[in-house]
Amino acid sequence: MAISRDDVVTWIKNYAQVINENNEMLTDLDREIGDADHGANMNRGFKAVMTKLPASEDKDIGTVLKSVAMTLLSTVGGAGGPLYSTIFMEAGKVIGPKMEIGLADWYTALQAAATGVANRGKALPNDKTMLDALYPAVDALKRAVDENLPIPEALQVSAEAAHAGMLATIPLVAHKGRASYLGERSAGHQDPGATSTFLLLDTAAKAWADC
Amino acid sequence: MKKLINKAEDVVREELEGIELAHPDLVKVSYDPAYIVRADAPIKGKVGLVSGGGSGHEPMHGGFVGKGMLDAACPGAVFTSPTPDQMLEATKAVDGGAGVLHIVKNYTGDIMNFEMAADLARGEGIEVESVVVDDDVAVKDSTWTAGRRGVGLTVLMEKIVGAAAEEGRSLKECADLARKVNGQGRSMGMALTSCTVPHVGKPSFDLPEDEMEIGIGIHGEPGRTRMKVEPADKVTEMLLTPVVEDLPFKAGDEVLLFVNSMGGTPLIELYIIYRKAVHMLKEKGIKVTRHLIGPYITSLEMAGTSITLLKLDEDLTKLWDAPVKTAGIRWGI
Repeated sequence: MAISRDDVVTWIKNYAQVINENNEMLTDLDREIGDADHGANMNRGFKAVMTKLPASEDKDIGTVLKSVAMTLLSTVGGAGGPLYSTIFMEAGKVIGPKMEIGLADWYTALQAAATGVANRGKALPNDKTMLDALYPAVDALKRAVDENLPIPEALQVSAEAAHAGMLATIPLVAHKGRASYLGERSAGHQDPGATSTFLLLDTAAKAWADC
Repeated sequence: MKKLINKAEDVVREELEGIELAHPDLVKVSYDPAYIVRADAPIKGKVGLVSGGGSGHEPMHGGFVGKGMLDAACPGAVFTSPTPDQMLEATKAVDGGAGVLHIVKNYTGDIMNFEMAADLARGEGIEVESVVVDDDVAVKDSTWTAGRRGVGLTVLMEKIVGAAAEEGRSLKECADLARKVNGQGRSMGMALTSCTVPHVGKPSFDLPEDEMEIGIGIHGEPGRTRMKVEPADKVTEMLLTPVVEDLPFKAGDEVLLFVNSMGGTPLIELYIIYRKAVHMLKEKGIKVTRHLIGPYITSLEMAGTSITLLKLDEDLTKLWDAPVKTAGIRWGI
């Protein structure tokens, strides 16, 4: 019925594990169209998150998310650092000092996260970035909220939309980030940022399957 | 991967330890957050110059901290932008009351992190200006890309603006000067081999034994074309012609010619390239009045070169000649 603070902490811990398992895959995707470090950078950041999480995991959801944001900001670097930090910071600000959230809260948090990422990176839809996974997931959540879907189903639909968005980056020509230097040669490759964003939402759907 | 390192995750920290031990007269090193700062910082009344970027380009930027050049440099992980907390602390450490100038190479990550750092520093009452370097003509400058990359010109800008700050010019004058340098300098690079980021362990890109990449970026980002390896003179033409035509540099111009090694290319080859470049420029009526030759902005062990041209005038020449004392560049002191 609701997503608790402990559920949020579980999601973050599981994502750190998922990033560790997919480190090489993300870096390989980045080697094709970027600079071969996305997995390594994310893994460094989420390892630091795992070290620092115990200091805030007994606090409210907003505080947990904001502390994750600050850790990522000072450890990931590159473009992924500010962008992933923005996701957690904006979500944390919107949710605030709550100990549990419903689907509508999660939707507004994710929407704020997407807006924050767009402002920071100045990317548009179909620029072949993480937003191409994030926007469809937010749209799907909006529909799920309108249709009053149960949380697990809504998260499943949202993760599936992110997955479709991630795959849809393959034919796109990149207009932002290092992949844009490749021009037409960036087409035919899946965007690493969209991939790690799909994994973030997929991990939420799996972690909160019983909420 | 064959490298003279201990553990991949310790590379940047152990490099900093070496720098601290080698140059206590020039710099102080902070480890958490990581930055290198002039030993005598902050200097009262002087504009502070801060730059930074991923590690792996040594001597840039840490090797350019010292009298007459940078006040601080923030090293990120190899080929990864440093983070805003490093830049903020470095900015605070060099603020002598006259403001701080951030010199930022045009990469998505560097831009975002420096923007956040500048916001944070302004929030703490420090006057901050930022100048972006984007001199790489290999990349089309359009709204459909992240824009031109900052490459070789960064070294020349840090030297020239460093001299200006040293002689007491204001923050606005230093920022305008940096923009002027960016406006009249252009670069292009090429690679003969790839390079391997220590914590990745595999080459950043694959380049067959008999091929080269023209228009390479300093992180091994692909450039304009990949082709069979050509003789040095032909390669020099392929790099210098687009550089000259882009600004364009014209007959009668006096220039600084910077022939850089990407890390793996030895001086003997750089001089062959320099010789051809001078001949080509002479034919066009362009006079090389200053030069820099060597590994100054590298990509780990990548073999390859880049050529940078900067149009000089009396002021820029005087600032280039001004005394400088850093680990990477020193003269006149």
